[in-house]
Amino acid sequence: MNLQATARELNGIVIVDLSGRITLGEGSALLRRMVQDLLQKGQKKIILNLADVNYIDSSGIGELVSGFTTARHHGGELKLLHLTKKVHDLLQITKLYTVFDVKDDEAAAISAFG
Amino acid sequence: LTSAETLCYPYSAFLAKTDPFWMAEQTKRIEVTLETLLDSVDLAEHITLRIADAAGFEEEDCHKIGMSVREGVINAYNYGNQRERSKKIFLTVELGPEKMVIRVLDQGPGFEAKEIPDPLSEENLLRTSGRGLFLMRAFMDEFEVHKGHTGGAELVMVKRFPKRTNGRQPAPEKED
Repeated sequence: MNLQATARELNGIVIVDLSGRITLGEGSALLRRMVQDLLQKGQKKIILNLADVNYIDSSGIGELVSGFTTARHHGGELKLLHLTKKVHDLLQITKLYTVFDVKDDEAAAISAFG
Repeated sequence: LTSAETLCYPYSAFLAKTDPFWMAEQTKRIEVTLETLLDSVDLAEHITLRIADAAGFEEEDCHKIGMSVREGVINAYNYGNQRERSKKIFLTVELGPEKMVIRVLDQGPGFEAKEIPDPLSEENLLRTSGRGLFLMRAFMDEFEVHKGHTGGAELVMVKRFPKRTNGRQPAPEKED
């Protein structure tokens, strides 16, 4: 299933609801464009809701890392929300789980921006 | 038919005419030659997932096998063949009574696995690439990189069947 992404805003924070696969090709490219567009528009607080993403390959992991570091370079922050078990396990074995700020609850993710 | 279904016909036939793989007397082998295209990554994953599922691997192992093949073909597509469409990627799957052996061979210059930076080391954690080999090694029971007969890299990965489907069970001895 191709990646679908829709963005909504709550209290100045953009939540991007993703569904499908974040893999080499369209999925990774869509995520990259989405994050870059948001940062260029001055939206610096971004939450990626991965509740409906059950597959990420190494390219997708790279894109998450890229989004995380790019947001920081723009003075912003990118958090991850609602990881599926497969994605959670993938971030664990790649030691990225503790690099990202990962939340299980949307309200907690929003309040974590301070 | 989608291109994937068309291209997958030979292995569909291969699946249809065989008994469950773990019952096989001899190792069964399928070879697929892929173009250096992005679509080949999905196709290779799809083919291998079908074979792994038919062979009796559980869903979690199928996921690991599919993802490892995906990463292997991404490696061949991006780094081995440098996205040159004229070059080929050779995918081979062998199923024996105890294990599934997958080979991904490219036509690039080859590489030494030991020269690939460790993606888990602190200085590499935020790199946006370089995790493919690590994932294959993590997800499969065995993983090696050889110099293939094309001169390119040959990634060899092995997944053993879990104990409960591990090989053919000996037929019970008949009583006289």
